[in-house]
Amino acid sequence: MSPNLVALSYLAASALFILALKGLSHPLSARRGNRFGIAGMALAVLTTLVITRRTDLTLGALAAGGAIGWLVARRVQMTQMPELVAAMHSLVGLAAVLIAVAVVANPAAFSVPDPVPLGNRVELFIGTFVGAMTFSGSVIAFGKLAGLGGLTRLFSSAPVVFKGQHVVNLALAFVMVGSGIAFVIAEPGAQWAPFAVMTTVAFVLGVLVIIPIGGADMPVVISMLNSYSGWAASGIGFSLNNPLLIVAGSLVGSSGAILSYIMCKAMNRSFFSVILGGFGAAEGAATRAEQKAFRSGSPDDVAFLLGNAESVIIIPGYGLAVARAQHAVKEMAQKLTDKGVTVRYAIHPVAGRMPGHMNVLLAEAEVPYDQVLEMDEVNSDFGSTDIAFVLGANDVVNPLAEQPGSPIYGMPILEAHRARTVVVNKRSMASGYAGIDNPLFYMDKTMMVFGDAKKVVEDIVKAMD
Amino acid sequence: MHGATVDPLVTNLMVFVLAVFVGYHVVWNVTPALHTPLMSVTNAISSVIVVGAILAAGSGGLDFGTVLGAVAVALAAVNTFGGFLVTERMLEMFKKRERGEKR
Repeated sequence: MSPNLVALSYLAASALFILALKGLSHPLSARRGNRFGIAGMALAVLTTLVITRRTDLTLGALAAGGAIGWLVARRVQMTQMPELVAAMHSLVGLAAVLIAVAVVANPAAFSVPDPVPLGNRVELFIGTFVGAMTFSGSVIAFGKLAGLGGLTRLFSSAPVVFKGQHVVNLALAFVMVGSGIAFVIAEPGAQWAPFAVMTTVAFVLGVLVIIPIGGADMPVVISMLNSYSGWAASGIGFSLNNPLLIVAGSLVGSSGAILSYIMCKAMNRSFFSVILGGFGAAEGAATRAEQKAFRSGSPDDVAFLLGNAESVIIIPGYGLAVARAQHAVKEMAQKLTDKGVTVRYAIHPVAGRMPGHMNVLLAEAEVPYDQVLEMDEVNSDFGSTDIAFVLGANDVVNPLAEQPGSPIYGMPILEAHRARTVVVNKRSMASGYAGIDNPLFYMDKTMMVFGDAKKVVEDIVKAMD
Repeated sequence: MHGATVDPLVTNLMVFVLAVFVGYHVVWNVTPALHTPLMSVTNAISSVIVVGAILAAGSGGLDFGTVLGAVAVALAAVNTFGGFLVTERMLEMFKKRERGEKR
């Protein structure tokens, strides 16, 4: 295969990847988009196989890795998607590091001149440390998401903070960059030592950067690591002079960056405050000024209210995902729909544990996607809605966000408090992640139903018969 | 410019900057409902790094570099297959309201 033909086929693969992302603009075109992505990947892999001298190792490794990936993808629960995605980020990061080591060991295999030119060494340095940080950071994120806090404190979903943390991180970053520079300017043969130091420090930094970030900030972290894994691929693309890797890496990198931005905005946090971490350390420690009166009801009461309503908006939150109540909710909605009640769902951007997670959970429960509305689409409708049913959400419906001076002022919320009646299901009156009280719970028109979301909804369904 | 060739770094930078622009615009058009599939499909796409790993594994001999390459191929392949497959699984679940079903 001539180099030109190879380049052209890589170009076609790049275009197919762009089409894959473009397809995701609508659920109807999304599956076709995924097929474009598969075609692009197949083209890229086949082209590369044709130009390599030895394929037995590669084919064996492809089969082994592919089988594992296939099994995992078949078996994974939709509630476990955040863990799966974090695990996959770590694999890309580690692969990037291994490839970089292979380039340093044998540049000729990649048609890179030996000794590696200065420019390529700079790119190798960048690709390696981003890859290494992506790997170890994603492993920590995986542990936090999978709830492995019992295994080691590093995986604790509570922020792990210690004195002088930022100073330590900064010092390590200097060591990493310093040894990176030493690697770039090293004589041939003397490059391994600084390279090893740089890579090791990057692995450690990846851990230290993620441990202070609390569980509820995970949607930002996972998007950020998504972005890193893309930049790592791009960095390797630079050092191998491979435009396909550069294009694919940049697509992924910018995608992750945009998702991080959307998540930060939805939580009303600046990106830097998330990165610096420590938020949520005082979880539940907020002092409640006074014991205010609220109205609580039973699942029977809720069934009665819902049955007499004309329109209901369900607001699912993290609590619903934890209780795996999505199927029960769908059953309840079906019953109401059969009675002629208009049922819709309102999704806050940070509902669930990763961007778009709640939409997937509802889709799994066979809720039609055109009943599921985004925050901007649905907020103007609350005023004309009979019942807003909040299931396991708290901060995202806190009207304090509209009050200047409150800690969460400016955070975009679902305006459940504008509905004629509000029903809130929670496990207790404890404050949410932001650690502040929610006035919505004490409004005259609000009814609180305590208990596990799945149990409560199942009881409501029973009471409706 | 005449006679001199452009440094590959410059060509790479051109590709990079343009790709970031394309990525930026395409991703802003992704509907928020599909952000999780977006993440899993970008996971699969970033496993295109497998191309570099195949070059390493297939350089001919059997040494440190090729073994590392083979391991990298296996790691990336998990993402390639797993990423696209799990995306497909998720997208299959996104269905419209069936016709005839009451609101």
